[in-house]
Amino acid sequence: MIQYTIRRLLMAIPVLLGILIVTFALARMIPGEPCKAMLGEKATPEVCERFNVRYGFDKPITTQFGIYLRDILSGDFGQSIRFSRPVTIILIERLPLTLELGTIALIIAISIGIPMGILSAVKRNSIWDVFTMIGANIGVSMPVYWLGLMLQFAFAILLKDTLFQLPPSGRLAPGLAAIPFYEVWGLEFARETFGYHFLEFFSNFYIFNSLITGDWKLFGDAIKHMIMPAMALSTIPLAIIARITRSSMLEVLKQDYIRTARSKGLKQNKVILKHAFRNALLPVVTIIGLQVGTIFAGAVLTESIFGLAGVGRILFEAITARDYPIIQAFTVVIAGGYVLINLIVDLSYVFIDPRIRLE
Amino acid sequence: MPPISLSNEKQKDYRSNSLWRLTLRRILRQRNAVLGLVILSILVLTAIFADVIAPFAPEQVLIGLEEGIKKRQDPCIHLFGCPKDQPQHLMGIDGNVRDQFSRVVHGSRISLMIGFTTISFAIIIGTILGSISGFFGGWVDNLIMRILDVLMAFPSLLLAITIVSVLGPGLQNALLAIAIVTIPVYARVVRGSVLSIKEMPYVAASRALGGNSFHILINRVLPNAIPPLIVTGTLGIGTAILDAAALSFLGLGAQPPMPEWGTMLGSERNQVFTAPHLVFYPGIAIMLTVLSFNLLGDGLRDAIDPRLGHTQN
Repeated sequence: MIQYTIRRLLMAIPVLLGILIVTFALARMIPGEPCKAMLGEKATPEVCERFNVRYGFDKPITTQFGIYLRDILSGDFGQSIRFSRPVTIILIERLPLTLELGTIALIIAISIGIPMGILSAVKRNSIWDVFTMIGANIGVSMPVYWLGLMLQFAFAILLKDTLFQLPPSGRLAPGLAAIPFYEVWGLEFARETFGYHFLEFFSNFYIFNSLITGDWKLFGDAIKHMIMPAMALSTIPLAIIARITRSSMLEVLKQDYIRTARSKGLKQNKVILKHAFRNALLPVVTIIGLQVGTIFAGAVLTESIFGLAGVGRILFEAITARDYPIIQAFTVVIAGGYVLINLIVDLSYVFIDPRIRLE
Repeated sequence: MPPISLSNEKQKDYRSNSLWRLTLRRILRQRNAVLGLVILSILVLTAIFADVIAPFAPEQVLIGLEEGIKKRQDPCIHLFGCPKDQPQHLMGIDGNVRDQFSRVVHGSRISLMIGFTTISFAIIIGTILGSISGFFGGWVDNLIMRILDVLMAFPSLLLAITIVSVLGPGLQNALLAIAIVTIPVYARVVRGSVLSIKEMPYVAASRALGGNSFHILINRVLPNAIPPLIVTGTLGIGTAILDAAALSFLGLGAQPPMPEWGTMLGSERNQVFTAPHLVFYPGIAIMLTVLSFNLLGDGLRDAIDPRLGHTQN
């Protein structure tokens, strides 16, 4: 077990290093001088020289990579060209929204996708199964942004003035503002110990923040604003999870030990949940880990549709404005997060399937 | 009983014929795959006869051609009660006073082209990398696979977005980016098949007959690695079309006035509340196209690999 964990951790290091190399290389592969790409074609040679010295472009490429590596390891992602602010601060402001949105989307996808898949495997070829599979096929084929736009039209225009009306965009209704939990609890002094950004990061999870401070009005409003984007973001993962659960369950239900369990006289529910699902879980967990990537990439599209100022939207804006420090930093953070999640998934195999421990 | 012919030529003919005929028969037995095939055929026909089907050229501005035409006009379908004296526009008029239906019809050409070019490119490069990796093994294998691991560590659409942001927006760059991020998938599939095929007795036989590595790889190993590649490729075309449309939607892929579905969606996205039809139809077109490739790919997988067959359908 410990050996397995250490081996997996060590295997992640070259991949993480590779991610850093790729993002570093991509930023250097921009055609033309970095200075002109970032500051515009009108930049004078003097301005460019100052720019190059400031961002270290005058040093040899290996030194540049060394500096880049050192900075990232110390949590410094450089300055955003467009905002003239440290990228790390922007990350702290924007990341919580995306994590909140992604988590809700993933929870929706898992909590609907798995039961749907199990039911459809158990009641194979029934009407339920046919409809689930049609739905799943359509779900994976649907453009996320199109679904988002259609949801906006449905919930904000067609269902206007009904109970189901939802706000078309934004994170909170105008006039509402989240009061950080450290201010509610009078913990400002804690900034000294934990650092301002640390507290700020957690208070930017509006749903979490309003939940622990008991601000129910804000909580309700924040949830309401999240429903549509989370729904749009969760369709593809939901469809994929349902399909994998179904095929994995069908595979397991054919096994001899299921027949044994049935012939022992166990109740159907117990056979399915305890004997079959437990054994069908491995591919499902693997695919859930991979869906984190789909969700991060989908966030770029969803956030720009629903006017949410998260990581995805700022990444998109940075691309159109050619703000490379932001592109670089956000790509590293997202890819790094994706690798770590899948590392955790790999490590969880040991708990799901004890046979792996013996290998 | 007729004498058994051992002639090389005939036997080969018989085998390949029956494999493909068997596959086709298995596909036609599946409802989903047939549905996918039907949608795809309609799509291909639409693309071929786009000029005949579409009443207007995709970039034709209708101002001056039709009286009283307004931008973002609702669809007018005679069959559904639109007055006969008004000109028919099945999917309405877009923001630049062009016939939306003609644009959607012509978009099928672009999307199919996107799907086939990106995947062909990815398959070619992926096959080269995967077969080298699987066939020669050792440090070459290790090096190639580790590089591909890194590429796979990025969420694919995100990496494509980043690559396009470096190369600059445009359809060509978007296609290249999507092809690059899908290479690892094909390389892995090919490597997997090559690893198992190279242990086959007929490969050993070929080696015993004095065939060199290159000859064995090209003539003995690769032909047998193709079936799984076709399945992955068909499913991959759907994803490639979806991703390309997403890039175009973000303004990084095809540029207006090209009638690409993602671009059309992107340029009218802010009009969803006032002219939903301009967003609705291109999206449906993307969905049906991707759906057809996904259904067909699933069907192909079940047909080519009967072991999996009964779990999927």
